[in-house]
Amino acid sequence: MKRYCFLLLTFLFLLASCASAQPAALVVMTHDSFAVSEAVVNAFEAATGAKVIFLPSGDAGLMLNKAILAKNAPLADVIFGVDNAFLSRAIDEDILESYASPELKNIPAAFKLDFSNRAVPVDYGDVCINYDKAYFAENNLAVPQNLEDLTKPEYRALLAVENPATSSVGLAFLFATVAHYGDSFADYWQALKDNDAVVVDGWEIAYYVNFSASSGKGSQPLVVSYASSPAAEAIYAETPLDTSPTASILGPNTCFRQIEFAGILKGTKNRALAEKFIDFMLGKQFQEDLPLQMFVYPVNPDAALPEAFVRYAQTPTQPATLSPADIAAHRDEWIQAWTNIMLK
Amino acid sequence: MNISRLTSARAHLSTVPLWILPLTFLTFAFFFPLARISFLTLSTSTFNVENLYSAQRVAWFTFYQAALSTLLTLLLGIPSAILFSHFDFRGKALLRALVVVPFLLPTVVVAAAFTSLIGPRGLFSTFQASLFSLSSFAFHPSPFVLILAAHVFYNVAIVIRIVGAALSNLNPKLEDTARSLGADPLHVWLNVTAPLLRPSILAAALLVFLFDFSSFGVILLLGDAQFSTLETEIYFQTVRQFNLPLAALLSIIQLVCTLLVSILYSRLMSRNSYSIAPRPAPAHKPNNFKQRIFTFALCSLLAVCFALPLAALPFRSFTRLEADRGQRGEIHYGFTTDYYEELFVNRRGSVFYAPPIQAIFNSLLYASATVILSLLLGFPAAFALVRPTRLEKILDPLIMLPLGSSTVMLGLGFIITYGRWLASPWLVPFAHTLVALPFVIRALQPAIASIPERLRQAAATLGASPFEVWWNVDLPILRRATLAAVTFAFTISLGEFGATLLIARPEYPTIPVAIERFLSQPGGLNYGQAMAMATILMALTVISIMLVEKSRFPNAGEF
Repeated sequence: MKRYCFLLLTFLFLLASCASAQPAALVVMTHDSFAVSEAVVNAFEAATGAKVIFLPSGDAGLMLNKAILAKNAPLADVIFGVDNAFLSRAIDEDILESYASPELKNIPAAFKLDFSNRAVPVDYGDVCINYDKAYFAENNLAVPQNLEDLTKPEYRALLAVENPATSSVGLAFLFATVAHYGDSFADYWQALKDNDAVVVDGWEIAYYVNFSASSGKGSQPLVVSYASSPAAEAIYAETPLDTSPTASILGPNTCFRQIEFAGILKGTKNRALAEKFIDFMLGKQFQEDLPLQMFVYPVNPDAALPEAFVRYAQTPTQPATLSPADIAAHRDEWIQAWTNIMLK
Repeated sequence: MNISRLTSARAHLSTVPLWILPLTFLTFAFFFPLARISFLTLSTSTFNVENLYSAQRVAWFTFYQAALSTLLTLLLGIPSAILFSHFDFRGKALLRALVVVPFLLPTVVVAAAFTSLIGPRGLFSTFQASLFSLSSFAFHPSPFVLILAAHVFYNVAIVIRIVGAALSNLNPKLEDTARSLGADPLHVWLNVTAPLLRPSILAAALLVFLFDFSSFGVILLLGDAQFSTLETEIYFQTVRQFNLPLAALLSIIQLVCTLLVSILYSRLMSRNSYSIAPRPAPAHKPNNFKQRIFTFALCSLLAVCFALPLAALPFRSFTRLEADRGQRGEIHYGFTTDYYEELFVNRRGSVFYAPPIQAIFNSLLYASATVILSLLLGFPAAFALVRPTRLEKILDPLIMLPLGSSTVMLGLGFIITYGRWLASPWLVPFAHTLVALPFVIRALQPAIASIPERLRQAAATLGASPFEVWWNVDLPILRRATLAAVTFAFTISLGEFGATLLIARPEYPTIPVAIERFLSQPGGLNYGQAMAMATILMALTVISIMLVEKSRFPNAGEF
């Protein structure tokens, strides 16, 4: 009995001591895919004398919902990784404090989707269809150039797409079709289904289990992924490569541009430090670190791209876009329409 | 009448202290956060017709697939339990340990292992193509069949552990007596063995059912996005649609179902009394033709189902596929240790990089803490539950609730209840213990119930203190069951079941976290490193389980 009480007290004490530790720390809530160089974080910590604690909180959707539910007692000071598909929800739920960072003057206006500067753009990437170069060469098959091509019989059962209800990549590709076809996007998906497009739940499965050019050696030579994936294939090849085994289809409106935002969480007790961190994320050092850490592009045009990006990663000239308000108003209904077609 | 009331009153008094620790834990880690999130999310719109209709549809499928999966798991699990407890054969320890491995590998890794084996360009088809010059081999079972198969694959270990523990404690004299009285093997099984095993089979079936009932990754991954269970639907409604009222309704339905199943279980359990030998019959080599056939057939089946797909992982982690990129069309295999070497290189200089040794250390630390914590909470609760008074009759079904509750909703409950405390790495073992505790209690309970009270009384009469009784009487008899409990707690923690959904993961990466990080980016090297990490996780599990099983408990005698 006494032993139990003692143990219980010990646990409570441990909990209490952990909770009250580190008063001069900045907590940054991120999604699980967030990555940054140690040297870059050290530079910020040395300049400000504060400690940065990252809090990986699930995928982008789960992270945002956690932040919203905890808005009365915020879990962190800064949140990173809200993308344009979820931006409206973050704004409507009023979880962010406005901050007009001086660094914003360098950022192109096209990225600044929130005029009140509550959500600050940090990076962007394009969701595109990757193809297996070797497959098309071996089979003397022309590489599809646009969305229309994918419904042609010669590409039957060659495309793997992710379920937009469970995957943000899948959702981005659905947005691209909506941006291109407008209200008739459902007909396009019906045509894709009739052409035996394969639906899977998430990017990891689509890429590593279904895609033929990845190490999973699957059966589909076309997969919905990122425009930067070919660069990653070259950089993380098992043997050094001078070309990438994959490339992206870059036709007009075949890619959808995802922009990731950061913001200061309402109710932070570290406002000054949080402002510094936002400035830091927009600065050259952090921005130049982004490409090789997360395979995304910096929004700051002054940031130099790594060589591998210049050589292997492609950017579409005309990516599809939708306004965050449009997305917020119709997202559920688009997903529902998609589900009715593809999964029934 | 008077006497029985008196003894039950005394028993009632004596079990209260046993409950202090487990109940405190469950209240803070489960009931309180869940109650808060339920009150926050329930609204008048929760119970509209549309919501009720979709909830009923999802609930029915969840129930149906869980019941079917459980039945199939028992069908493979009970013979396997007999195999492991009755017979000795070469490679037994390894096979026994291997069966537990799927239980803790991330679902993506298991799927990748299967594809690298039977996928269109996997080992099997490449081998077959070179042998029979077939162009390709396609393996396309329906998603529903895949879900059932995966559930059996994942959960057969539960049956083997729990039923096996009971089997090896069976008094062989009972079966011998029946046989000498002229009963044939079937009648011995039906009239003697099966009734004696009933509590453990029920306990295993309950756990398997609840696991299948709240299945998440398997359904998402293998269901081809066509099937949804309550758990996946709650995730979908919460995280994507932000339809919290519906999510709350679904999670309440899930809880109520869990409660009903648990109540049913405790009813069935309470009608049992049975005795088990403290000195079990040792396993022996199969000594007649029938036994040899049985051993051989079942071993082969288990080897094909478990050893083969799992062997694909280490094989793949040492194999280079890209060697001949110049000449396309054929896949060439080459031996490489690159992936393992690369694990030690922080190529991107990332903050989140963890050297494999560090990840292994973190994983083992969390797993050990989870074992200690869940035994500490589980032993008193299991002891109290064995001789139920009115208090235990109420508490018994509640023990299982954490397994059947939605991890997403509970995670959100944690957030609104504990806020920034979630950043503490100390909370990780607590979250793991929440999942492990029901397993630990249900693994211990049937075994504790089997200890004849006479033995304890005899020991006490001879002057043993309560602790000495526990150490010298209970513990040796509970050896097998404790091993099962330790194995569960350890593997659940190593595999990190849904901890991301529950709490934030601060900067102490474990092996599953490292695997997920590698798999979330393109590139052959990343994939190879994920396979290498998964192989390390697998090896670590197998070694730990074999060590635990080899270790001797006090007074255990022959092992």
